[in-house]
Amino acid sequence: MTSIIGIPRETFPGERRVATVPEVVEKLIKLGFAVSVERGAGEAADIPDAHYEAVGATLVDGAAALYAGADVVFKVRAPTAEEVAQMKAGTTLVSFIWPAQNPELMELLKARGVTVLAMDCLPRQLSRAQKMDALTSMAGITGYRAVIEAANAFGRYFAGQITAAGKIPPARVFIAGAGVAGLAAIGTAANLGAIVRANDTRAEVADQVKSLGGEFVKVDYEEEGSGGGGYAKVMSEGFQAAQRQMYATEVKNADIVITTALIPGKPAPKLISAEMVRSMKPGSVIIDLAGEQGGNCELTVPGEAVVRHGVTIVGYTDMASRLAKQSSTLYATNLLRLTEELCKAKDGNILVDMNDDAIRGLTVVKAGEITWPAPALKLPAPPPPKPAAAIVEKKSSGHGHGSSEPMDMKSLAITFGVGAVLLALVGATAPAVFLGHFTVFVLACFVGYMVVWNVTPSLHTPLMSVTNAISSIICIGALIQIAPPGRPSILIGLIAFVGIALTAVNMFGGFAVTRRMLAMFRK
Amino acid sequence: MSLGLVTVSYIGATILFILSLGGLSHPESARRGNWFGIIGMGLAVLATVFGPGVTNLGVLFIVVALGIGGAVGLYAAKTVQMTQMPELVALMHSLVGLAACTIGLASFIDPSAHFATPAEKSIHEIEIYIGVLIGAVTFSGSIIAFGKLSGKIGGTPVLLPGRHWINLAGLIAVIVFGWVFVGAQSGAAAGFALFVMTVIALAFGVHMVMAIGGADMPVVVSMLNSYSGWAAAATGFMLSNDLLIVTGALVGSSGAILSYIMCRAMNRNFISVIAGGFGSGGGTVVAAADGQPQGEVSPISAEETAELLKDSKGVIIVPGYGMAVAQAQHTVNEITAKLREKGVEVRFAIHPVAGRMPGHMNVLLAEAKVPYDIVFEMDEINEDFPSTDVAIVIGANDIVNPAAQDDPASPIAGMPVLEVWKAKTTIVMKRSMASGYAGIDNPLFYKENNRMLFGDAKKMLEEVSKNI
Repeated sequence: MTSIIGIPRETFPGERRVATVPEVVEKLIKLGFAVSVERGAGEAADIPDAHYEAVGATLVDGAAALYAGADVVFKVRAPTAEEVAQMKAGTTLVSFIWPAQNPELMELLKARGVTVLAMDCLPRQLSRAQKMDALTSMAGITGYRAVIEAANAFGRYFAGQITAAGKIPPARVFIAGAGVAGLAAIGTAANLGAIVRANDTRAEVADQVKSLGGEFVKVDYEEEGSGGGGYAKVMSEGFQAAQRQMYATEVKNADIVITTALIPGKPAPKLISAEMVRSMKPGSVIIDLAGEQGGNCELTVPGEAVVRHGVTIVGYTDMASRLAKQSSTLYATNLLRLTEELCKAKDGNILVDMNDDAIRGLTVVKAGEITWPAPALKLPAPPPPKPAAAIVEKKSSGHGHGSSEPMDMKSLAITFGVGAVLLALVGATAPAVFLGHFTVFVLACFVGYMVVWNVTPSLHTPLMSVTNAISSIICIGALIQIAPPGRPSILIGLIAFVGIALTAVNMFGGFAVTRRMLAMFRK
Repeated sequence: MSLGLVTVSYIGATILFILSLGGLSHPESARRGNWFGIIGMGLAVLATVFGPGVTNLGVLFIVVALGIGGAVGLYAAKTVQMTQMPELVALMHSLVGLAACTIGLASFIDPSAHFATPAEKSIHEIEIYIGVLIGAVTFSGSIIAFGKLSGKIGGTPVLLPGRHWINLAGLIAVIVFGWVFVGAQSGAAAGFALFVMTVIALAFGVHMVMAIGGADMPVVVSMLNSYSGWAAAATGFMLSNDLLIVTGALVGSSGAILSYIMCRAMNRNFISVIAGGFGSGGGTVVAAADGQPQGEVSPISAEETAELLKDSKGVIIVPGYGMAVAQAQHTVNEITAKLREKGVEVRFAIHPVAGRMPGHMNVLLAEAKVPYDIVFEMDEINEDFPSTDVAIVIGANDIVNPAAQDDPASPIAGMPVLEVWKAKTTIVMKRSMASGYAGIDNPLFYKENNRMLFGDAKKMLEEVSKNI
């Protein structure tokens, strides 16, 4: 039988996202599912009910009816106790859950007999899991939106300009934390023309920062801060002192500061003190993306934009939701990819396969049991260092410039030795007439060698057809055989006739086709 | 026309031929180079026909023969599709080989030859023998190559058990019969030896090319090109004609260098290509399966591809044999033109062995009127992939296989490849997940930044083009 995927309307205050969009509904139906959508589910994300209906979804009035009918529920925010109570036993719920922060919810779900796949528990290290990584897609949107919010609150241009009305300096943006959100913010701010500087405790992201147009600011202290799973870890005391120093300088010089520093399961690190805020120019903006975990700035008020010491501090916790259509689309696609994994048979039924590392990680409640946290993944051993030989850069000359790689002495000596012996053999046995021809032959080989190295590779096919045409010079042999004065032989004449006809095919055909080909090469 | 004038004409023809090959160093000068070749050929033929070696009656025959052959040749040149160029070239090589055989045969039965010394007679006979030998190998080898390239014979290598021993036995037999041929007292015995050797040579040509896989065809075609040159040179020795020797040597060495370039492009030993059997799916290839890349591929639709292309700044297109098969070059050009209009920088990256003959892709792109200054060879463009947004691979596999660099156990380890995976996104167009000619899996397909666009290249590209 076909399972029904239910899409309820999000009930969390201010939440505008919806767990699926019409384009994805179409694909879900292709996978064999039926999709029912609560009336008004997409309204806040500017997706009218009619669009869902048009692609084959059933509209359902009220959450109760929806939950009653659904075998699988797609949600964005973790469900409330009320919502859990409405679910059928045996329902599969796919949503953000945050099990560490919500132990009561986990108990409720367990008691309800619901199988839960928590999108926030995806093992992000698995490369094949990336297509379902909703955290990443949401973080990307968050980073983008952070810059847009900053631009909104900031009183100047981002890009520097020199106009008739005077010179406008570019905005200076400092971004703390170059995770997905940080990187998205770097790219967006750089595209708007700002000067972007960024810092992260993980030194390996420096290249990523540069690739997006930002400048990487290093903390003047040696310590590696990669904590696994794409997050940073808490750093040592000495490092933190150096880091504070660096932040003080950077924040003071910046017009806009965007902070994205999060440590899993812990309150966000307080990177920016009240003191630093006071050092900033009036009119500056701080966007604190860690608002939900307490904020990276001491003065952040989660969920609100406030002005402190002349600096606008934005602590919105719903950046992704503020770009509801975009984030809904991406989230829906992530869920679609997950559904494809769950329903490999494409028969409209899902199978939660606990042997699959990605699915195992996602599954936090199964058949009345809490299965979170998932056992640590056995990470594949880091790839062995590439054998140097395989990647040694071939300093190949390119074909156009002759073989400029000189042979090594040994093979050169062997080549000359063999050549000398062969020549000596020929010279000792062959008569003088032959040697005359032989000289011509050897020299012609060398001329050919020199000339052909200069042929550009793109003309190799014309080269082959022109040499093919030229090789029909063998015709000369047949020409002087066909009817030499004084010795008429019908048989030889006949054979030569055939020979001439054969080579003529080549001669005319070869040159003609070369001409045709070369005429096509044009600038 | 006196003998002196004929000789001078020959010298002129030789120079024109050299200039003709030299002209191919650049597309601009290449057209002139072709004319040099035509003039040189005309000069040589006219000088011979009106020289002292041909009677007036002969001229009549010659005109008829040239007329027949020329008409066939021009017709073929006019009607051939650019995707069929490799077949045509292979077929033409076979004609040169056959002509070398007929000339050798005619020379052998020519009763009027007289020699001053026995050594000269022996030399002349050896020359005939070698001329026919090379001619016969070229002929049968080219016919088989033609069959393989046109799909009339399967592309997979046919490997007889103990094939190296068969070849060796053939070589010994050829030498033995050569000794019989030179030493024979009666014409019949010599004729018999020549006949047996020709049969062996024909069989050898067939066997050699049958054992070579489809992916190695560029090497084979250029090698046969070389052979046809050597056949002409051998005929020149036979007839004591310097023009034939020089021209044959030019063609022969040019073909040899091309073969060498192709082999280097595949990081393969020339001998191992000739010995054949690469990519036959033998034990070693299968055994490498434990290193097989795992994971799965992310498909992409034509519309999404179009979106991706529209939104990028730099695109590199990597064409392969699949483009030739699907005849998709015109559609590719259409897409290129549309993207360039939108300000997207589109370039082409050509691997030296892409396609079935050297420079095959360049000709196809040129036919579709892709400007040649956006077509680059591997060495020129390989470093630009990291700064490219999208790399599209059209029907190519082994030439973009990262295993050549990463996996020392891979059968193609060390072969220079186009580093498409360094681009931000790669799109591979393929009919299915089947592996390439080398019969090995391609880890590129499983990379995170890779998307697969399944389907017939032409159809899919047309759809992409429609959406741009």
